[in-house]
Amino acid sequence: MKIAVCVKEVPDPGPSRRIDPGTKRMDRSGDRSLNAYDLNAVEEALRMKEAAGEGEVVLVSMGAPKALDSIRKALGMGADRAVLVSDDAAAGSDLVATSKVLAAAISAESPDVVLFGQQATDGDGAVMWAAVAERLQMPVVSQISELTVDGGKIQAKRQTEFGYDHIEAPLPVVLAVSDALNEPRFSSLKGIMAAKKKPQDVKSLADIGLDASQVGEPGSRTTVADLNPPPSRGDTLKIEDDGSAAQQILDFLVERKLV
Amino acid sequence: MSTLVFLEHHGSSIQKGSLGVLSKAAALDPDTSAVIIGSGLGDLAQIAGAHGAKTVYLADDASVAAPLPQPRVDIIAALVQDKGIENVLFGASVLASDIAGGLSARLDAGLNWDLGDLVMDGGDLVGKRSALGDTILVDVGWTGTPRLGLVRAGSFEPAQNGGAPAVESIPVSVQDFSTKATITGQDQEEASGPSIDEADILVTAGRGIGTPDAFPMFEDLASAMGGAVATTRAVVDSGWYPYSTQIGQTGKVVAPKLYIGFGVSGAIQHKVGMQSSQTIVAINKDPNAPIFDFSDMAVVGDLNTIVPELSKLVKERKGS
Repeated sequence: MKIAVCVKEVPDPGPSRRIDPGTKRMDRSGDRSLNAYDLNAVEEALRMKEAAGEGEVVLVSMGAPKALDSIRKALGMGADRAVLVSDDAAAGSDLVATSKVLAAAISAESPDVVLFGQQATDGDGAVMWAAVAERLQMPVVSQISELTVDGGKIQAKRQTEFGYDHIEAPLPVVLAVSDALNEPRFSSLKGIMAAKKKPQDVKSLADIGLDASQVGEPGSRTTVADLNPPPSRGDTLKIEDDGSAAQQILDFLVERKLV
Repeated sequence: MSTLVFLEHHGSSIQKGSLGVLSKAAALDPDTSAVIIGSGLGDLAQIAGAHGAKTVYLADDASVAAPLPQPRVDIIAALVQDKGIENVLFGASVLASDIAGGLSARLDAGLNWDLGDLVMDGGDLVGKRSALGDTILVDVGWTGTPRLGLVRAGSFEPAQNGGAPAVESIPVSVQDFSTKATITGQDQEEASGPSIDEADILVTAGRGIGTPDAFPMFEDLASAMGGAVATTRAVVDSGWYPYSTQIGQTGKVVAPKLYIGFGVSGAIQHKVGMQSSQTIVAINKDPNAPIFDFSDMAVVGDLNTIVPELSKLVKERKGS
């Protein structure tokens, strides 16, 4: 069983996160880490491999070479190796362009299962798997809260606005999992030490059969025109509980005539 | 300009979110049509017409009854190419997002998501999108056609400004790989207990409550306040509480007078379901919880002491 997991390095959530007003792109110069939702996908891949008793978990990503610092966290959890497509020409890629890169890198691996986490905390699109599945011409199931793999097919429980759908699909398949599916394991110290020695291939666009015209700004179909502050909700009353929090909440609600 | 809106239906009704997008599209572009895909679509085309679709394209076939995205990508891609449609808009949902993502790759068409508004700027379509946990408002555009857009839940209200539409049946022709995923069953539980759509006060429990054993405590507080207990996706997916209580992108979109969240981080998929609440109070032990950024009152503390104490205080006050 070969499982490819798409992972992404993202800027750490918090006030320092910003879009560069000059380039209109995400500022990736600050503190970064692996997208937290990807850990559920990595965990699920490791469980699939363990259940099958054999196989390989390959991390697939696009980003700057330094993204490997974040990707090693997933290697520390137990993934076998990483493939990072890194090319200056790919900077500024949108969904159309990024899905081309990921699909090309995944295709070279011929996996049985392609896993995604439920969204990236920087883009919040939650659509990448559908675009990648389309390019790979594989079935896709998203929003998975329960998953089993058996006899060359998957059974998944997908949450929608109306409840749960039970979906079956043959391998190879693209799957996007919910963060409620599992509890990601921690990287042990031993795992982190071992991660440094695991294969980490950095590939160029040429290595995966793409050229600069297909990615980055030339290959993208969306633009960012303008950045503005969001509408304000007004001030937030912030307190730390010193034993009187419940009373302060009640006072606040009474003042607003909500109790 | 020409605009197509994907209308998502469930049983015999069209989702309010997609009708809202249709009404908005019709206000921006007189040449707005709608597409409905499923089996036994009946009168849905008339509803679409009433909400502004000049033409309604129907793909009515038993083979596409199941709400799966990939056959819908095939049908919409063929329609867009056949009619030369320039804009394709969706009300965000699990199904619509997967269709839009697939369509983007199929047509090499730009997709912008999380759109809270759409405007025309000198003949160009511009999307308004909140990004980075709604800390910034971004104007987004497209470099060519077709332009694809996913509209955030609750952004537009449906308006019945239309009339009788032209109705056209379109072919159902799908790719092999699009039919490989199949639905083998569905659990669609109905709500029990107070409905969270209608309650003025929602006491919301998130993953941070740590254990399903905490629910009696929240039920007690909700009862004391005259409200209902609501939850997040993580709580429901963990099987701690019924799906009918879930707020968020894949749950209910609510706008109570008061939302009190305990152990709720405020992830974007939850936020889109509750950000229109009039007053938001959040209690979380993590001082960096994103929910604090859009709360009226932010309390850093332990819910296990605050919830029982608050219940007691509310009961005392109401008793007095």
